[in-house]
Amino acid sequence: MNAKIIALLLLPLTASAQGFAGLGTGSDAFATPERPAIFNFPKDHGPHTDFRIEWWYLTANLEAEDGTPYGLQWTLFRSALAPVEGESWSSPQFWMGHAAVTTPNAHFVTERLARGGIGQAGVNADPFDAWIDDWQLVGTDFDTLDMTASGPDFAFDMGLTAQGPLVFHGDAGYSVKSAQGQASYYYSQPFYDISGTLTLPDGEVEVTGQAWLDREWSSQPLSNNQTGWDWFSLSLDTGKLMGFRLRQTDGNYYTSATWIAPDGTATPYGDGAFVAEPVATTDVNGREIPTMWTVRLDAQGVDVDVYALNPQAWMGTSIPYWEGPIVVEGSHTGRGYLEMTGYD
Amino acid sequence: MQLFTLVVGLSLATALWSGVQAVNAEARASYDAAAETLGEGQFAQITSPTGEIAQNDYVRLRRAGWLVSPLVQGRLDGVLVIGLDPLTSPNGMGGPDLGEDGFAIETFMDGAVFGQQATLDRFTAENVTEIVFPNVATGLLLTDIGTAQRLLGREDIIDRLIVAPDQPITQQPLQDVAPNLALREPQSGSDVARLTDSFHLNLTAFGLLSFAVGIFIVHGAIGLAFEQRRPMIRTLRALGFPLRRLMILIAAELLMISLISGAIGVGLGYVVAAALLPDVAATLTGLYGASVSGTLQLRPEWWLSGLAIAVGGTGLASAASLWKLSRMPLLTSAQPRAWGMQAVAARYWQAGLAAGLLLVALVLGVVGGGLIAGFAMLATLLVGAALALPVILDRVLAVGAKRAKSVMAQWFWADTRQQLPGLSLALMALLLAMAANVGVSTMVSSFRMTFTGFLDQRLASEFYVYANDADQAERLAAYLEPRVDQVLPIQFTTQDVKGMPSDIYGPAPHSTYRDNWVFLQSTPDAWAQIETAQGAAINEQLARRMEIEIGDEITLAGKAFPVLGIYGDYGNPIGQVIVTETAFATLFPDVRPERFGLRMDPADVPALAQNLRDAFGLAEDNMVDQAGIKAFSLAVFDRTFTVTGALNVLTLAVAGFAILMSLLTLATMRLPQLAPVWAQGVTRARLGHLEVIRAVLLALLTAALALPLGLALAWTLLAVVNVEAFGWRLPMFLFPLDYIRLAAFAVAAAVLAALWPARKLGRTKPAELLKVFSNER
Amino acid sequence: MLLRVTDLVKTYPAPDGILPILQGINMTLEKGETLALTGESGSGKSTLLHLVGGLDQPDSGSVELEGQDIGGLDDAGRAAVRRDKVGVVFQQFNLIPSLSVAANIEFQARLSGRENAEWTQDLAARMGLSDQLSKYPEQLSGGQQQRVAIARTLAARPTLILADEPTGNLDEATADTVLELMLSLAAETEAAMLMVTHSERLAARMSRRMHLRSGRIA
Repeated sequence: MNAKIIALLLLPLTASAQGFAGLGTGSDAFATPERPAIFNFPKDHGPHTDFRIEWWYLTANLEAEDGTPYGLQWTLFRSALAPVEGESWSSPQFWMGHAAVTTPNAHFVTERLARGGIGQAGVNADPFDAWIDDWQLVGTDFDTLDMTASGPDFAFDMGLTAQGPLVFHGDAGYSVKSAQGQASYYYSQPFYDISGTLTLPDGEVEVTGQAWLDREWSSQPLSNNQTGWDWFSLSLDTGKLMGFRLRQTDGNYYTSATWIAPDGTATPYGDGAFVAEPVATTDVNGREIPTMWTVRLDAQGVDVDVYALNPQAWMGTSIPYWEGPIVVEGSHTGRGYLEMTGYD
Repeated sequence: MQLFTLVVGLSLATALWSGVQAVNAEARASYDAAAETLGEGQFAQITSPTGEIAQNDYVRLRRAGWLVSPLVQGRLDGVLVIGLDPLTSPNGMGGPDLGEDGFAIETFMDGAVFGQQATLDRFTAENVTEIVFPNVATGLLLTDIGTAQRLLGREDIIDRLIVAPDQPITQQPLQDVAPNLALREPQSGSDVARLTDSFHLNLTAFGLLSFAVGIFIVHGAIGLAFEQRRPMIRTLRALGFPLRRLMILIAAELLMISLISGAIGVGLGYVVAAALLPDVAATLTGLYGASVSGTLQLRPEWWLSGLAIAVGGTGLASAASLWKLSRMPLLTSAQPRAWGMQAVAARYWQAGLAAGLLLVALVLGVVGGGLIAGFAMLATLLVGAALALPVILDRVLAVGAKRAKSVMAQWFWADTRQQLPGLSLALMALLLAMAANVGVSTMVSSFRMTFTGFLDQRLASEFYVYANDADQAERLAAYLEPRVDQVLPIQFTTQDVKGMPSDIYGPAPHSTYRDNWVFLQSTPDAWAQIETAQGAAINEQLARRMEIEIGDEITLAGKAFPVLGIYGDYGNPIGQVIVTETAFATLFPDVRPERFGLRMDPADVPALAQNLRDAFGLAEDNMVDQAGIKAFSLAVFDRTFTVTGALNVLTLAVAGFAILMSLLTLATMRLPQLAPVWAQGVTRARLGHLEVIRAVLLALLTAALALPLGLALAWTLLAVVNVEAFGWRLPMFLFPLDYIRLAAFAVAAAVLAALWPARKLGRTKPAELLKVFSNER
Repeated sequence: MLLRVTDLVKTYPAPDGILPILQGINMTLEKGETLALTGESGSGKSTLLHLVGGLDQPDSGSVELEGQDIGGLDDAGRAAVRRDKVGVVFQQFNLIPSLSVAANIEFQARLSGRENAEWTQDLAARMGLSDQLSKYPEQLSGGQQQRVAIARTLAARPTLILADEPTGNLDEATADTVLELMLSLAAETEAAMLMVTHSERLAARMSRRMHLRSGRIA
């Protein structure tokens, strides 16, 4: 049994959307995001089984005492065949975990798959607990979390403390993804301080830094003509910026962005305001991947160059994509994370 | 003619080779499918001593960092249903590949069962979607673990956990997470594979042999082709045709012929294999419970190997001829080389090599250990004997020549001796064919006699009943007591004896055991002592593996028992111990019998079976009719004989063809040897008769040598290889009638092969013979 | 009269029809007489020799040997004639390679039941073969082989010796010696001899000569 192939069928969302069955079609039985978005916490930190897909997506820019920069990713995806939870193995809820650590010259990745219904993976809203196998993102509430993951060649054990409020993207958490109106519920906690231990083949490393957690759920987030996305989260000296660019088959883009002031005030920008253009590409696993960009958000005076800390941050998981820490220079300086899908 | 013999020879050799290969490859492919499906060989496993693992334990292990994948299995309608979790099963586990095979995960999850058509046909469960999937092993259905648990009625139960090869670096010790479970390292080979190796030994022997015979035959055909072309080549060369180009042309032609012949041969081999395979499949299923699909697929490996042997054999056989051709002086007459004294040195060398190899075989037989040594012994024995054959024949013929009285007899022996070098390859082929036939027939027949005898011993009761649980067993016993002559409770438990996992049985004292269980070794009066709890009997496997001898003590549940008897226990991979019922009850008070052997009138068995079905709802699987088992076993052996019989005839036919080829090759070279005899007053007809008699003589001599070689082969298989592979030794029985029949076959093959050349000789025109004496040749 | 040949005709099939070899030969040979048969290549001398020796069958005409027409005999009959009455010495390959020199010399004599150990030893000695008896033909020189062939022929005491270029492969001196031996031994056993030869010198040694041209006596 080739688990990879199954995962490919199950969890199409992080890769180019149209390459995989199921996502563009037949979401009738599932709920769809509606405007206005009304959230109910802590319940909404937990899973929404009536939606097709959902994720708890954490990235962090870290630094060791000697100044070496690191990147870290901990992601739990949920993907459902039916908008219900089932008994034991008959559960239609599938879970996929991705964990990665990026150093300037290495990139460690591992993956877990599990079915709902038997307790191997899941998320509780209160007290918050998201897990798959031995990986965990757990805390008494959403502001103070412990996070672990391990693979054949690395592991990490981190503590997170939120230093600001939740941030809601788009129209108060209703994030439009295409001109056709595809949308998702989308909020973030971009203000975590993070510290802990990375266990790498060369030994343990104590690190500290900033983490950014995305929560998003939907049933059909991409439209038929969208082939993939480039997603940026930048922590700049004057604020934070989330922006994404959805690539279309006609060569055009649909963009969206949120400017986050240090106090957490969010300013959303619709299609066209946010501009991201590749400057240089790198050969990664035989693919041409843009690893240097210019990013602009004129309304906030942002005009920066963005480049990958380690251009080889390829996620060779069931669904392959690029995800890694980035360095920002230009009108603003800072760090961030870049995710690029659909470059197969 | 020349093209015909070359093509037929090559095709036949390739056919036999690829036919045997096909049967072997098909059977092995079936095992591989099974092994892949279960992933047994390559992965470590976690099991429970109770046989069942709670689903919660699985989740606890996962959450402690153990990358394990659950399996549940059980039989339904005689089909093995295996349930797995596609999300956690390691790559390389086998089974349907949802992505590439185009099945949606919904299908898999929604009660789909994957299997071969034949397996699905037997399967009657409701609420499943049957999907034909050839890559699943025969007799096996794959499905989602949830579906399997539902079908088997084993919700929340897991049979074993497959441990993925790569585990995370942080992981809690198994002892802390699930102290009740045990980790088992990957096995080097599955039980099925080990058992069926014994059968494949037969086929491999045939495969090796057919390869050797094939090379001989091709060699003969090529030699003939070159011999017949010599005058033409000479003429061409004399006309100034470049040698290089000539050789390239000949090589190209041979390559083409070998490819065509190889293709024909593979086609023929396919026919042979297709005819044999159903019998092989049935044999394997019957003997070892290993399922082999009875249908044949054209597999590239034996297509390629068939063509490879055709081309390679041709190359090997023609290399010498081409080399000779390149050395041939331009205008030398094509004078055939008579048997000369200079060959003596080469023969001494060959004799020395043969003696050396046979010595190695002997040494291996005496001091060698292990399967490799067994196979090495087989190889050295066969090759040594083949090399020794011409030397021995030469000596025998020399003695014959010395003792011959009449002048014709003297010439006959001397001339036969002179033919030896030209015929020796074909005779070696005949020797190997006969020896393998003798060896394999002896092995299979011995196996049959031992096994049927063993069935008589071990299934001494007329009828066996298996209860579903201990409570039902008690009710059954009460029900059966008044209805049969004797109820013999069968109770057993499993524990390690001297480090080997063993079943401990506690039979009630009864004449059934005393009369039918025959000890290989025992103390006098062993049964009487065992029945009074003064000792135990063990099976041969346990005795051999753990080096236990009569009088040694073994410990059962903390109590020591002297070993009083060792009995044969064929086909069982683990150890076995017998203590009497009372002793067993003391040792294992918790174990209650759930099976019963019933002594009764065999005629009443069907009626009783019906009663049990009605009164207790017992399934077919719970009742075993001894007569049925025996009939089935015998049928299986009969099929085995069909296979070996067919292969016997085939190998002999090919060996016969090799002789024909050699004789035809020699025929042209023989004229200078025969012409003077003819000129001095011997008719061509008489010379022809002598050719046939010569073939009979050589075949008989070869047969006489093949018999001891075959018996040595059988002994090696039974007493060395079998012991190493399976832990038990098969007694060897001799079947003189079979051997006489085989010898008759061999002689018949030789006569058939000699008839044509002899007839040709009888009709040679005098002018042809006279040419020998003139300058024309 | 030992041999009478009457109207002997022999043809061979050829690609362009039938090739006439002998076209009506008439000849006789007396007991003890020696006859040289000469002629061009292809004139039919060897064929005549074969027909006279019962080695081949004529198309028509008769060969009477000691009053018996051997042309009409079957295979076995002709084999008996070769064995009992005729001795042949060819240019090459006269010997049986699998038998020793001694066995070769004795072969025809034993085959015809006329072996005589004393005579055989005497022959071997006179042929200078006494030291070679246990050797095999392959180990002998060409001259030695021909001597063995002649000894073999004489050992059987045939009434008619047929020789087809018996010394053709030998040097002149050896050829003379061998022929000398043959002639004297033939005379001793009162055998007649018919010898095909190219050599005028050798032909001159015979009591009579006959020349063939295109299948006819010239």
